[in-house]
Amino acid sequence: MFMQQMINGFSLGSMYALIAIGYTMVYGVLRLINFAHGDIMMVGGFLGFFGVAVLELPFLAAVLLAIIGSALLGMASDRIAYRPLRSAPKISLLITAIGVSFFLENAFNVFFGGVPRAFPVPSVLEDILEFGGLTIPVSALIVPILTAMLLAIILWVLFKTKYGMAIRALAFDVDTVNLMGIDANRIITIVFGMGSALAAVGGIFWVVNYPSVDPMMGVLVGLKAFAAAVVGGIGSVGGAVLGGLIIGFTEVVVIAFFPELGGYKDAFAFIFLILILLFKPTGILGIDFEKSRF
Amino acid sequence: MKRVGFKMTVKKDQWINLSFVFGVIGFIGIANSFFDEYTIRILNNIAIFTILAVSYNLINGVTGQFSLEPNGFVAIGAYVTALLLVSPEAKQYQYAIVDPYPFVLSLHANFVVALVLSGFFATCLALVLSFPVFRVRGDYLAIVTLGFGFIIKIFAINYPEVTNGSLGLNDIPEFSNLYWTGGIAIIAVITVLNIVNSKFGRAMKAVRDDEDAAIAMGVNTFKAKTFAFCTSAFFEGVGGGLLAALLTSISPDLFDFFFTFQLLIIIVLGGLGSTTGAIVGTILVMGGSEWMRFLDEPMKFFGYTTPAMPGLRMVVFSLILIFIMLFAREGIMGKKELKDLFKGRKRSAK
Repeated sequence: MFMQQMINGFSLGSMYALIAIGYTMVYGVLRLINFAHGDIMMVGGFLGFFGVAVLELPFLAAVLLAIIGSALLGMASDRIAYRPLRSAPKISLLITAIGVSFFLENAFNVFFGGVPRAFPVPSVLEDILEFGGLTIPVSALIVPILTAMLLAIILWVLFKTKYGMAIRALAFDVDTVNLMGIDANRIITIVFGMGSALAAVGGIFWVVNYPSVDPMMGVLVGLKAFAAAVVGGIGSVGGAVLGGLIIGFTEVVVIAFFPELGGYKDAFAFIFLILILLFKPTGILGIDFEKSRF
Repeated sequence: MKRVGFKMTVKKDQWINLSFVFGVIGFIGIANSFFDEYTIRILNNIAIFTILAVSYNLINGVTGQFSLEPNGFVAIGAYVTALLLVSPEAKQYQYAIVDPYPFVLSLHANFVVALVLSGFFATCLALVLSFPVFRVRGDYLAIVTLGFGFIIKIFAINYPEVTNGSLGLNDIPEFSNLYWTGGIAIIAVITVLNIVNSKFGRAMKAVRDDEDAAIAMGVNTFKAKTFAFCTSAFFEGVGGGLLAALLTSISPDLFDFFFTFQLLIIIVLGGLGSTTGAIVGTILVMGGSEWMRFLDEPMKFFGYTTPAMPGLRMVVFSLILIFIMLFAREGIMGKKELKDLFKGRKRSAK
């Protein structure tokens, strides 16, 4: 029972972690809470659904379509909505992000309908493995493994490549980065692309585990993932993963052992968020962004 | 000489505001007897959202604290009013999920008491929440308030003993009419304007423009922020009560983040920080969303009929919000008020 719940928590936590990485990277370079990030994850899920159910692509091709489509959408949202506001007050940027988020939700609602649609999960992922009394769905096993691999890739990009160095430099000082001859806007576009691609992977995992897609599914997941990013320490990729795992575990464990609290499951992430902001605003592994307030 | 000039302008401002108030009162009188039910309903909505927008603007626009919580306070107000207005007999049949607590059944009060208590409970909650909320600034504050608003909705769903869970409360007596909504809207506007023009109002604007400088000048920023937060919560609670007595049925889904989004687009369109702007924004957004109803219905283009698209209005509204932010960040009024419009060009240039 306990091991079983640990595996479930690990799986859920990994999904939060994938989405939280996008929040934390965008916050690092722009100091922006990208409200639309959860909706980009929704778009990823929808594109996957579109690829499998409508275009009848093989599953992996649909995943690729979702990743590329979401990455392009993320970059486009930056180019159209956020870039013109680079020198504006931060609050304008936040309001714009809320606008983009509502635009995506409602546009998908209008054109694809608000009714949740069943996601055709490939049969490989629906298999259930048994290890000495434990029943583990293949998907619950694959999610953490893939998350770990993606995390390794992200960390490699961030710490071993030139682009990664530019991203990390941008988190510290935009003006100096520009003076060093680096095109900050291009780096920010890359960050949006990377974050959105990860969100798409998270979205695909989500629709495979809870096999349905609907236009509003990104709202709550997005907010929880943001809470995860803050709990882990915003600006730190490792922190985002840690925060995601903590929140995923809490939700699963509390519901498994205190079923009467089940109705409050969606509030845990926010309670964590509020507590961490009260007692350690930089988060568990956080970088001190104190200089960057508005 | 200079002093006389100063006195003159104060008088002129008061005249402008007073004539505006009497204009509104006259309009309410005319509207109530001549307009049809549909128009009156829209006007009621406009009046209630004026209360909400003007008070939301006090914390967001004037004090610069980007709170995303009005849906929570409105929900508190709506539930308090609903619980107090629904008669004990009517309540008996409504609680379908679990039996309510006995004291819930016995609650009953008249409309004025219900509204005042709505505002009171919302204010109390705001006072308690201001301690955690104002420990953080800027976009963190946005997320924390968003979280609290969300938690309030979750509680409304998970306390069926009081709130009847996701089914909500029905058969609320329809007490709200144009005299109530319009009258309270006028009171709210006057109160907020007086606060903005007082010592507290200057402290609030100082917090918005540069919090560190305000601290250095000896402004008690926590006090200023809490005062703005509580005042805005009070009117949001009262507005929620009026809304409950207008709609006659409420449920937790009514008070999700979408509600806050509506208020946000109103004050952004009108101009963050301008009370006049909040009123103008309310009229435009509420009126516009009625006018744009045709978008949701089937349309005919060159003999080709498009299917009905419910929700298209919201797409338009989110695009409007993005466009305002990109191209006209000041909104319609900027930080100007009604009286500034009547001033000479020389003064406004200064």
